Amino acid sequence: MVAALILGTLVAVALRAEAGSGFGPSDWAALRFTLMQALLSAGLSVGLAIGVARALARRRFRGRSLLIALLGAPFILPVIVAILGLLAVFGRAGWISQILVFFGLEPLQIYGLHGVVLAHVFFNLPLATRLILQGWQEIPAERFRLAAQLNAGPAAIWQLLEAPMLRRVVPGALAVVFAICLSSFAVALTLGGGPRATTIELAIYQAFRFDFDLGRAALLSAVQLGLTGVAGFAALRVADNEGVGVGLDRALRRWDGETMLARCLDAGWILFATLFLILPLSAMAVAGISGMFLLQASVWVAALTSVLVAAVSTLLLLILALPMAAAVATGRSTLIEVAGILGLAASPLVIGTGLFIVIYPFADPFALALPVTALVNAVMALPFALRILVPRAREVMARYGRLALSLNMAGGPFWWWVFLPRMRAQIGFAAGLAAALSMGDLGVITLFADPEVATLPLQVYRLMGAYRMEAAAGAALLLLILAMGAFWILDRGGRWHAEA
Amino acid sequence: MLRLESCEIENGGFSLSADLQVEAGAKLAIIGPSGAGKSTLIEAIAGFLPLRAGRLYWQGDDLTERAPGQRPVAMLFQDGNLFPHLTVAQNAGLGLRANLRLSRPEQDQVQQALSRVGLGDLAARKPAELSGGQQSRVALARVLLQRRDILLLDEPFAALGPALKNEMLDLVAEIVSETGATVLMVSHDPRDARRIADQVILVAEGRAQPPLVTAELLDNPPPVLKAYLG
Repeated sequence: MVAALILGTLVAVALRAEAGSGFGPSDWAALRFTLMQALLSAGLSVGLAIGVARALARRRFRGRSLLIALLGAPFILPVIVAILGLLAVFGRAGWISQILVFFGLEPLQIYGLHGVVLAHVFFNLPLATRLILQGWQEIPAERFRLAAQLNAGPAAIWQLLEAPMLRRVVPGALAVVFAICLSSFAVALTLGGGPRATTIELAIYQAFRFDFDLGRAALLSAVQLGLTGVAGFAALRVADNEGVGVGLDRALRRWDGETMLARCLDAGWILFATLFLILPLSAMAVAGISGMFLLQASVWVAALTSVLVAAVSTLLLLILALPMAAAVATGRSTLIEVAGILGLAASPLVIGTGLFIVIYPFADPFALALPVTALVNAVMALPFALRILVPRAREVMARYGRLALSLNMAGGPFWWWVFLPRMRAQIGFAAGLAAALSMGDLGVITLFADPEVATLPLQVYRLMGAYRMEAAAGAALLLLILAMGAFWILDRGGRWHAEA
Repeated sequence: MLRLESCEIENGGFSLSADLQVEAGAKLAIIGPSGAGKSTLIEAIAGFLPLRAGRLYWQGDDLTERAPGQRPVAMLFQDGNLFPHLTVAQNAGLGLRANLRLSRPEQDQVQQALSRVGLGDLAARKPAELSGGQQSRVALARVLLQRRDILLLDEPFAALGPALKNEMLDLVAEIVSETGATVLMVSHDPRDARRIADQVILVAEGRAQPPLVTAELLDNPPPVLKAYLG
């Protein structure tokens, strides 16, 4: 069914694209910009992440695990919230610009290529750091002990242990970040724009909203699909590599990097990463607290709408993902796994375009804005949900499948008494992720929404467009609280009273 | 009567043949060298492994194509016999109704079964709060409630100490003397066989041999069994 949804919309896109008017110069510019910003974002994110990950791998300090947990937060952080934070720090009237102006210098200019890349690095530096840090942690502790025994200095450790690990891990991290940045929409919508800073996703939106040129939107969607498909597939292939060998899980102690210089360098990296993450969020929160008092009824209505959309989307996701996870776990079909991964290749705007084309002849797509948003959000969250659910589902099947069979529990009783209770923690985590992602999504809703309807992220964007930055910050803070709150409640709910 | 008619069982590149009959109500031990296919044999009877050839009958009914839960078989595995998130009463109650919608009389039945195995006052506990022996008793209470004609034991008490294991085997013997079930028990310890089994199926060299009287077989073991017993 998911495959039908994705493939159906793709067929619709392909059919419409035939009627398109060809690939104009502005479309080529969009393609070039898309590739360029994705390349830069991936290079910068991963390059910086190597330094941060190395420092985190070498050092033990208080708050380290908290910082590593914090690195996971941008994944569920609503894009629009982060952008407001980045504007508050790096924008024309932001903190850094104010300091520059104080010293008689020009304020920063955030809109355009560097703004887009900055935002992408903000989102993907933490992700890349986690991926690379994992590589470091997979080097068995015994190897470091051996290196210390051989009196290997930093250069030797780099050559013996770290460089080979990075050669294995970095291509995967690059590919993942590149693929993510290819289908970036909300960042380009807010910080890009104009002929020189338009991604293909944004061009789809513009073809849609401004020109209502469905043929062109469909053609661009087809191009985008080709790009993300190839990049997503490459990322999966590269990221799927074998380990460096196993150790006995000894507690890791490092004997290298004890010089003053190394300590200062590592401290610098960690400080940089922390500030880079924390500053924009604090700036947004500071601006938001005063803005909270300016919130109008429209914002509260939008907030309620977002909560409803997120709830429906989460429910849809579970209805889709749980049977899929169960089917994959019992090995009934690898096709299903592929269907889940399709969600990675298709971008929200591409599916949105396809759905629009499908719905348009029969009904008013604008009237269906919210259900479509909930559905697309659910499909987008599906690959992540499956990654969370499938391993646990396999475990449950392996451990309890035969006992349940011998007790003739197949079907309903198995689901109710075994599968769901055993999967609770994972279901909570996946649901929390889906709710937060849906809550913060500023994608397909922009295609379908008429002025009467808005989710909270869209309302924030509209307030920004009207230059009511303080109200926007207030609404963004509300959005942040709702998204993080939804994640926290669902994730906690899953683990509440859960026995081993 | 349980009849395995020219059965060929395949289990991951390994195959076992069996052509034998077991009288209803008999208690049998399945012994043989490790890796010979003892578990393979009872998993095929339970329906977890398909037969590549041959048929399986119980009292004339053909079980060959039936799903595990549809066979007149209750089985205890080496481990994982209880659901850790369900209470003792719920775990036992699964033997009556897989959906756990138990009527009042059925709930009383569960309570009786728990009392029968000596766990009357632990009905509301979770398995993790029980000792290994108590966990085995819960599984036996469920077997009691299942009232299936055939009981298969795949070394469920292997992790218990010798005294506790004997206690459990005696409890099994008591329970089946009440229910009249046919028991097939995998064991690698001939003393277990002597303790509760009237007959022994020797599994060796890719073949499950027809049952023989326990004492006779163990007193005069054939060469392959002798090598195993040492």
